[in-house]
Amino acid sequence: MTGPRVDGPRGRWVGASVPRREDPRLLTGRGRFVDDIRMHGMLHAGFVRATVAHGRLVGVDLSAVREIGGVVAAYTADDLDLGDIVALLDRPPEEFVPTAMPVLARDKVRFVGEPVAIVIGCDPYVVEDGVEAAVVDYEPLDAVVSEETAFAQQAPLVHEEAPGNVLLDVSMFDTPGVDEAFRAAAGDGCVIDLVSRSGRQNALPLETRGVIASWDDRDDQLLVQTCSQVPHQVRTLLARSLGMQERSVRVTVPDMGGGFGQKCVVGREEIAVAAAARRLDRPVKWIEDRREALTAAFLAREQRYRTRAAFDAEGRITAVDADIVCDMGAYSCYPFTAGIEPLMASAEMPGVYKVPAYRVRARAMTTNKAPTAPYRGVSRPQYVMAMERVMDRAARELGLDPVEIRRRNLITEFPYTGINNVTYDPGTYRETLDLAEGVLRDEGWCHLRDGATEQGRHIGIGYSCFSERTGYGSEAFAKRKMQVVPGFDISEIRMDTSGSVVVTSGTMNHGQSHETTLAQIVADRLGLDPGKVKLRQGDTERIAYGWGTFASRSATIGGSAVSVAADRLAEVVRTIGAYLLETRPDNVRLDGAGGVEQVDDPARRLSFEDIADVAYLRSHLLPKGSEPALSATASFDVAGDGTFSNATHAVVVEADPGTGRIRILRYACVEDCGVVINPKVVDGQCRGGIAQGIAGALFEEITYAENGEPSAASFIDYLVPTAAEIPDISVEHLETPSTLTENGAKGVGEGGTIGAPAAVLNAINDALRHTGVSLESTPVHPQSVLAALDSAAQEASNAS
Amino acid sequence: MNDRHLIELNVNGTEHEALVEPRKTLADVLRGDLGLTGTHLGCEHGVCGACTILLDGEPVRACLVFAVQAENSDIRTVESLSRDGELCDLQRSFSEHHGLQCGFCTPGFLMLAEGFLTQQPDADREQIREAVSANLCRCTGYQTIVDAIAATAAERAGTDTPSDPDKAATS
Repeated sequence: MTGPRVDGPRGRWVGASVPRREDPRLLTGRGRFVDDIRMHGMLHAGFVRATVAHGRLVGVDLSAVREIGGVVAAYTADDLDLGDIVALLDRPPEEFVPTAMPVLARDKVRFVGEPVAIVIGCDPYVVEDGVEAAVVDYEPLDAVVSEETAFAQQAPLVHEEAPGNVLLDVSMFDTPGVDEAFRAAAGDGCVIDLVSRSGRQNALPLETRGVIASWDDRDDQLLVQTCSQVPHQVRTLLARSLGMQERSVRVTVPDMGGGFGQKCVVGREEIAVAAAARRLDRPVKWIEDRREALTAAFLAREQRYRTRAAFDAEGRITAVDADIVCDMGAYSCYPFTAGIEPLMASAEMPGVYKVPAYRVRARAMTTNKAPTAPYRGVSRPQYVMAMERVMDRAARELGLDPVEIRRRNLITEFPYTGINNVTYDPGTYRETLDLAEGVLRDEGWCHLRDGATEQGRHIGIGYSCFSERTGYGSEAFAKRKMQVVPGFDISEIRMDTSGSVVVTSGTMNHGQSHETTLAQIVADRLGLDPGKVKLRQGDTERIAYGWGTFASRSATIGGSAVSVAADRLAEVVRTIGAYLLETRPDNVRLDGAGGVEQVDDPARRLSFEDIADVAYLRSHLLPKGSEPALSATASFDVAGDGTFSNATHAVVVEADPGTGRIRILRYACVEDCGVVINPKVVDGQCRGGIAQGIAGALFEEITYAENGEPSAASFIDYLVPTAAEIPDISVEHLETPSTLTENGAKGVGEGGTIGAPAAVLNAINDALRHTGVSLESTPVHPQSVLAALDSAAQEASNAS
Repeated sequence: MNDRHLIELNVNGTEHEALVEPRKTLADVLRGDLGLTGTHLGCEHGVCGACTILLDGEPVRACLVFAVQAENSDIRTVESLSRDGELCDLQRSFSEHHGLQCGFCTPGFLMLAEGFLTQQPDADREQIREAVSANLCRCTGYQTIVDAIAATAAERAGTDTPSDPDKAATS
């Protein structure tokens, strides 16, 4: 067993809170976001969007649109004739039904907000006028908005080819002993059977989506400037949809105001705008407004679990049997498909616990709602919530302490291959729990909670333990049977005559501080000040292919590719240095100060400037046959199942008996993301992630009326928490370096969001422990809390 | 074209002329006509606060003000904060406390804090938290934004900074 390492390996820069390189421009208003870019002759686009959730398109009349002064063009699907967006899995028809998402709706609309036509005009105000003038006739069909309506006999079909409104249906594992374990538990132990639900959420980057497309004759290329986490995937799909060679499309990404997954799939609007720009031979810009972002952008998280779990009398879990339904909305997203949520949930649900028998069925349901995409955590907030509620319920049933029951079930021997056929690399599952419990105990929260009932206060404590796969290489994604398989990353590094380096990465910073952290890695590898390292991302011309930033892959995979590239450059520099110093290469090392030195005589040194000066400007001095280029390229892919971060969250809440409001009194996170590259950045990822998890637990929900009309179309109805709702959060680190990545780093982008809903929900239920009510769905509304407290108060007064 | 108005706007101490429709928001004029793209638009219905600017010293949503209403007012945007390429104390504090990640909401928070600290220089941490609850940030969880503003307030008052977030969390 590998024990916890509180101090991972340190470089001079890795491990330090190096100030962010991104900050000065962002603080002075000099960042460059998509909407900040203006091009000569640029036009603006807007979309006519469906006003019914489900209906046949009878007619789209754009004549009044085209008459408005300033409107330049308006197109329907027929006008543009674009290839559909189709994302596929290599699974048999009984498991997966392929469906197509047209760029603009044809024949039928499947959700309110679906783009039906694109309007192009001279300014955004004119475009709004144009959009309003469109006349669209629908023959309405009954809308499918819930599991009840989707799975009903004779239910209307969202896609004719998907009977029962199911896009994916997988039954997995069904390992021996499941039924026996439940029989045994019913006699001697306990069986927990719970249904939990999580509301539909919007990842909600504060910068909405947006794109500018323009044709460049000199480059013989369509330039697409877009805010995307995955520039190369945009290029691939866009070229295919427009019937162009991929070299004729260049995708660049400027500063991005967040993404959280919503921008890691290709949007149909990106393709429509590109097509319009080609047709009109003018730059065309589209900036999504907030109403569109809330109703028509990719959503996530609406899931229902029925989780049955068997425990023996000592509180050891003996089996899990789960049925999972994910409401994926109207379409499959590219490249992940509608399988993204159910496949993640079913493959990983046992999580951090030793589950000896496991059976799961997971379905992707299609409904007349805006489609879904990965969102920070992808299903893990949901299955962790189900598993953590199971633990608390079983502890209560068996008279065990909630922490103790977790201790009895956590994986402690590594590597551990679970019942789900996933191998977990070493982590600190048990240690983070012990530390988190210690925080609450030492600060007196346990004491406060125990005495609260007597004082008429409703205070509860909740924990969540979880791990997060962060190095998803191509092998791990291939297990899901995606037809387009993400995984590797490529990095290229070059040194110039000033001895500074430019490093490219296929990852895509959108708030994660890559310009700082990847520079720290390179600085250590080359023995160079990070100020002499400049990161370039977000340009498909700079790198052969990249997979962008999602699934907490940038530090692990991107950081590893950057490391290997830097090492290769170091080798080139050392070899030339040795020749110039007239010694053997193995007698030369990096000196840590931007140069190389002789091992047996460190006084003999050459700076990188010296070496680059010879390589580029006096290359006749190089040894015969050697190349002048001070550059290197490397790719990296994580082997096997990848690496897992882990954490425990501990939360104290108080329920207000007057209003039902839940107040978070204390939030502690103890996490292990392997080697911490930049502590401030890691803390920021944890806290920001937790804030989004709290948002899902207590506030945010995209709701729909029975006819499929979205009822949270503004920030008045979609409740994004503010500083008044999100508490201060303490973050403590353990470091178990990953052996699967070059730097020992594990990812940390999603963990906060994964652990928060479970811990908060457990704490709420603990606060309501005397009421006999258990709340299993998020967001937890104050009304539900109030109802539980009122009914308990009523019962108490009846009894007295 | 007929209903366009020629207006004069005083922005960051400089007079600008713009020919605008009455329906055009101040935010769109600042960004589109004057090229001051530091003011960002996150919702255009007055909730997120990314477009917060100072209008005669008061933090306001530039998406809720028509440009024609802002004539004869003193307008300050994020572009006014740094001087001669040097970050101001508030900007430095945001960087030191990691009060920004993607940076999209940051100009709004900076202008909100700039206005608030001028009006209430002795604000405590809770008052600062209350004030910044006017704006939305999706990345940070707000703690480090509150830290950054509290540290600036303390620095301006010449007192020590309560900058340890973990201590703050337990207090």
